[in-house]
Amino acid sequence: MDTTSTTQSRKSSAREDRYQGHDYYQLDELLQEDHLLARDAVRTWVKQEVSPIIEDYANRAECPYHLFKGLAEIGAFGPSLPAEYGGGGMDEIAYGVIMQELERGDSGIRSMASVQGSLVMYPIYKFGSEEQRRKYLPKLGSGEFIGCFGLTEPDHGSNPAGMVTNIKDDGDHVILNGAKMWITNSPVADVAVVWAKDEEGIVRGVIVEKGMPGFTAPEIHGKWSLRASITGELVFEDVRVPKTNILPNVKGMKGPLSCLSKARYGIAWGVIGAALDCYDSALRYSLEREQFGRPIAGFQLTQKKLAEMITEITKAQLLTWRLGTLANAGKATPAQISMAKRNNVNMALEIAREARQIHGGMGITNEYPVMRHMMNLETVLTYEGTHDIHLLITGMDVTGINAFS
Amino acid sequence: MNVLVCVTKTPDTTAKIGFVEQNTRFDQNGVQFIMNPYDEWYALVRALELKEAQGGKVTLISVGLADCDQVIRKGLAIGADEAVRIDMDPADSFQVASEIAAYARSGEFDLIMTGKESIESNGSEVGAMIAELMDWPFLSYASKMEMVGSTATVDLEIEGGEETVQVNTPFVISAAKGLAEQRIPNMRGIMMAKTKPLQVLPGSGAAARSSIVGYSLPKEKASVHLVDPERMDELVRLLKEEAKVL
Repeated sequence: MDTTSTTQSRKSSAREDRYQGHDYYQLDELLQEDHLLARDAVRTWVKQEVSPIIEDYANRAECPYHLFKGLAEIGAFGPSLPAEYGGGGMDEIAYGVIMQELERGDSGIRSMASVQGSLVMYPIYKFGSEEQRRKYLPKLGSGEFIGCFGLTEPDHGSNPAGMVTNIKDDGDHVILNGAKMWITNSPVADVAVVWAKDEEGIVRGVIVEKGMPGFTAPEIHGKWSLRASITGELVFEDVRVPKTNILPNVKGMKGPLSCLSKARYGIAWGVIGAALDCYDSALRYSLEREQFGRPIAGFQLTQKKLAEMITEITKAQLLTWRLGTLANAGKATPAQISMAKRNNVNMALEIAREARQIHGGMGITNEYPVMRHMMNLETVLTYEGTHDIHLLITGMDVTGINAFS
Repeated sequence: MNVLVCVTKTPDTTAKIGFVEQNTRFDQNGVQFIMNPYDEWYALVRALELKEAQGGKVTLISVGLADCDQVIRKGLAIGADEAVRIDMDPADSFQVASEIAAYARSGEFDLIMTGKESIESNGSEVGAMIAELMDWPFLSYASKMEMVGSTATVDLEIEGGEETVQVNTPFVISAAKGLAEQRIPNMRGIMMAKTKPLQVLPGSGAAARSSIVGYSLPKEKASVHLVDPERMDELVRLLKEEAKVL
């Protein structure tokens, strides 16, 4: 098969993005003016910059790197960090709304932004020295630097505390050894926030820069999911890192876990965007597609699917709005975030599958966004804490008994 | 260069259109409103470009009730310096133009910009009325404007072509596609907009000169008949008997 011409013909047949938001319970009334403006701005940006190209990039499993700059320009990197450090000075609900609109475009694009903001800028802001903040945050906020976050290892996924990556004292440097796996943005990253154990076995955060001898970041190929997002490894072979690159203000697993709470919070909002895009496409398709002489939206089994979709979306919207309100007050617990991440990702994945059915055969093509969302969401179900682990976090929270270690 | 940009809210292009009060008022229930695209994409952005090139200030003005504030705030997020809302529910274009002219006289503006029309009523009236009330030149449907000092060279869309004119400030201009390119507000702009001044002023008392008797929706488009090219007799019959054009 001539793949080039196939790509071109698909690209040229890319449909106009007719997405409209859906707000069944008038939840917009709970949002502030700046939340609505942020949503409108990011939605417009996604329609202009993401929708016209995303199917093509996902089809070719290529990352649209040029979007890093655009994401920075609209302010999608660290929007809830203070403006003086390159953030947007917004609240947690604004951050959630931004993630939702980005993921409405593609989970991979949202991942680009949530890694940069929640997993790289946030720990440098929260745990870094003033020099580290000044050195890295403005460049990360403006997209001049791309960042990545190294926690997961080949043999330590759900159990990150078992990590073997380590640092050893070497005067005013440390020597870093080990490997990290499934790292979003790693092959193109200028800086990596890496979590490693010191000689006492205490987890520390280390800022590793591209070009440090012994540091490589090979790309992982062959993903059937997040195909427009670049993923790789981080490999450290006796990398000498200045001690001034160690995050001074955190020790232990609470460092990486607090970053993950931020990112999971963004995912809980983000996946509602993917679900809304699937629902929106399915609703429109079912009203336009006729069988047996009438729109398939008129059949009870289609209505069951659509009604259940909007019900679940509405519940997820309420959950995240409340979670955002708690987060703004500094009261959202990691366990509450786990519940929202788990519930909403699963909700979105099930909606993507149902929406795929409503689209019939067309649903498996890249004429419509649903199968791309569905494949993306398989990753989202697993990364940043798996579906099962989040269940056990809720279990531990309500019983007080840890069932996974 | 001090520019006054007139902005209005319009229903989102996907809004379902209906009427209430014996078809004399647009039913706003459940309708999403946006900034009129001609005001936002072309008039406001060109005004910001002029300010960036020459210095000065961009002021937004809108005549309407508090539900216009979100649209005004968006204009501030895109980059306008300050805004004024004349707090009233205007009944016609003349009332809008009168309020804007009354405000404009109180300030020192070099230029007043509007969109070429609002996308819901397509009136194209307000700009011309403001110019008349101010006794300033009016340039309508501008697709390009270059400014050197206080002299503008403006391309205007006219029937079947373009007209290029020169004019000195002050003047009123209505913006068409091409005058500038849409800018998406960024998060920092949105946050800065929260602290920019939005002054709410009472109306000057100018009366409307017309009133709405009624609205009606256009007839639904009839479905298309496809006629087999071999059956010219059938085509002729349809044109005669159904379309009644032969």
